[in-house]
Amino acid sequence: MKVGLSPRLRAAGLTVPLIAFIAVTFIAPLGTLLTRSVYDAEVAEILPRTMAVLADWDTSGTPSEAAYATIAMELLRARDERTLGRAATRINRIESGLRSVVVKTPRRLGRDVGTEPPGAETWRDALVAIDEAWGENATWRAIREAGQPFTSRHFLNAVDLETRADGSIAAMPESRRIYVPLYLRTLWVSLGVTALCLVIGYPIAHAIAHAGSRWSTTLLVLVLVPFWTSLLVRTTAWIVLLQNQGVVNDILVALGIVADDGRLAMIYNMTGTFVAMTHVLLPFMVLPLYSVMRSIPTRHMDAAASLGATPMQAFRRVYWPQTLPGVGAGSLLVFILAIGYYITPALVGGQSGQLISNMIAYHMQTSLNWGLAAALAAILLLAVIGLYVLYDRVVGIDRMRLG
Amino acid sequence: MKAPHVEYRNVRKSYDGRTLVVEDLNLAVEKGEFLTLLGPSGSGKTTCLMMLAGFEQATSGAILVNGESVHDLPPDKRNIGVVFQNYALFPHMTVGGNLAFPLEVRRLRASERAERVARALRLVQLEGFEARRPGELSGGQQQRVAIARALVFEPELVLMDEPLGALDRRLREEMQFEIRRIHRELGVTIIYVTHDQQEAMVMSDRVAVFRNGRIEQIATPETLYEEPERAFVAQFIGENNLLGASVTATDGDICDVDTGSGVVRAFDVQGSAVGDDVILAIRPERIGVEPDSGQYANVLTATALDVVFIGDHLRVRLRVGDNEDFIAKIPNIVGHGTVLPGDNVRIGWATLDGRALPPDPSISQGDIEP
Repeated sequence: MKVGLSPRLRAAGLTVPLIAFIAVTFIAPLGTLLTRSVYDAEVAEILPRTMAVLADWDTSGTPSEAAYATIAMELLRARDERTLGRAATRINRIESGLRSVVVKTPRRLGRDVGTEPPGAETWRDALVAIDEAWGENATWRAIREAGQPFTSRHFLNAVDLETRADGSIAAMPESRRIYVPLYLRTLWVSLGVTALCLVIGYPIAHAIAHAGSRWSTTLLVLVLVPFWTSLLVRTTAWIVLLQNQGVVNDILVALGIVADDGRLAMIYNMTGTFVAMTHVLLPFMVLPLYSVMRSIPTRHMDAAASLGATPMQAFRRVYWPQTLPGVGAGSLLVFILAIGYYITPALVGGQSGQLISNMIAYHMQTSLNWGLAAALAAILLLAVIGLYVLYDRVVGIDRMRLG
Repeated sequence: MKAPHVEYRNVRKSYDGRTLVVEDLNLAVEKGEFLTLLGPSGSGKTTCLMMLAGFEQATSGAILVNGESVHDLPPDKRNIGVVFQNYALFPHMTVGGNLAFPLEVRRLRASERAERVARALRLVQLEGFEARRPGELSGGQQQRVAIARALVFEPELVLMDEPLGALDRRLREEMQFEIRRIHRELGVTIIYVTHDQQEAMVMSDRVAVFRNGRIEQIATPETLYEEPERAFVAQFIGENNLLGASVTATDGDICDVDTGSGVVRAFDVQGSAVGDDVILAIRPERIGVEPDSGQYANVLTATALDVVFIGDHLRVRLRVGDNEDFIAKIPNIVGHGTVLPGDNVRIGWATLDGRALPPDPSISQGDIEP
């Protein structure tokens, strides 16, 4: 007999491509993301010697002349290596306004600067002359802070906390608290959408599962066709329907229900987000419900009636409990999809209908604060995992039926 | 006069508005009776049951319980116990929960509930099963739970729709006696649906034989077997030999019929006239093979085609005229004699064992076993 790998090992080998795929497309990016949220060595790499000098600083007043000389040199070099902008951005995130200070300093110092400060006694005087900020404690704290490769800043920022000058952690001023309210709004919208999907989807699933075969096929197709249609098309369709001059408003005006100058704002706000998200996520509720309901014999309701239960009692005591695995699965699915929803709120949410994902996208694409984006995303991930564990504890994940 | 417990009056049922599943049904069930609706699948017997339970509405006619129409009564107000084909036990409840359910919706006190549940479980010999789930029980045990659940709220009327269909043969026979015992113990009225004629014979006080939405004959099991009035019943209940024949003479209840291979005398079920076509039915065990001369009034000659040893009897397949599926049973008793395939034999039977039945276009002679 040929000596080789055992059949079991060879069978396991078939899963290698899948595991590799997951590793490359899921685990690695997730790891990078989580790393980004606490680790950022950019400033430390651009201004290494400054950071070395500042390490000995006692964080009171301003640092020594050596620090001024070192940072001047390193800023000049960063300008030549075109890394100045990135360092400035990061420092600016800690103390806003410092971007211009950092960028203009090497420019004012001019080219061909030697080891002596130009036009001043000390480097300190030269820099303070360029911008008063160089004489302030907060500036140097910000630079030192930006140079720490490991930081809890992003996570604190993501939950609207900040480190005070004395090192204590405290809530941000009210006007700058954006993320916690946004998380709460996301949670609230997701719960609302899940509840709406359940309320709308339950009767639909029931009709599909227990109607005659011809009707049930038609209904199922009606649920699935939107499912197969591009998300963008569907969202755009809602814009057409709900906008100020849209179909719904036109009909309401034509029927005299609302005045022409009192057209309802149903899109580019929370209403738009709610309506479009509920529609988009509805199939994820209907399909698990349908699959569970189909396995419940209609005879059960007859049996309950024969035992003396009114239709309401029969539903509450016999039917509803048997659909719980589907309710759980559908709700969890819709909720988890909703909590990370991005495209629909971005398109129809307007200002008031934005969710946490839109903020993550903003920090990824526009403000380029990847660290914060990563922290926000990590918190979202933690919340979802937390919910999953909670669901498992309360309902039991093995009781969930997806189809 | 006291009203029957259940009465169907001219009940018709159609699902599509054209074909009648139940045609003009008239039926009265007495209190405490065990009535079986027997018939092949699609004969309308289950529909009759479901109309009584309230899950279907009759297209026309009336169904009365204790003399009052139940037409406007929803199923949950009828107080009728129903045992379904696949038990319809609630899988998310324990056995105790299933049994307590009808008591809870009736708002019985907890102590009373527990007592009744225990009593019902004792009745079906499942004491101590309260905490189990239906999924953990065998088919036979689930069946018992279903029966207990239909009885626990003490209805006077219990309907059973092929409750033993999913069980194996041995268990089915055991349950038949069990149901009979429960019926006798409680004295409730039971209407039972089955397609198994043996099951109907074992349990019932009376059997209604259904065919195409009509009752062909309703009688005690014994009467159905001994005195079938229709060819369909003769053929459906037990085994029977059917021969096409025409009446040549009548004499009160007795008539002479020509089978094509000889004229015999038979009991005239319907009061035939000379020249009428009839179907002659003779039970295989009533036929004597090579009888002593003078033993039987009717004697024909036949050819043995096949002889099978069954144990308690020899089963002989014969050709009589053009019927090649004429069966005779020779009892396995001392000196029973035998025949060999190919033998020409005389067969005979008593006049009253041959029944001349009205002709039936859908039943040809020899068309045994539905």
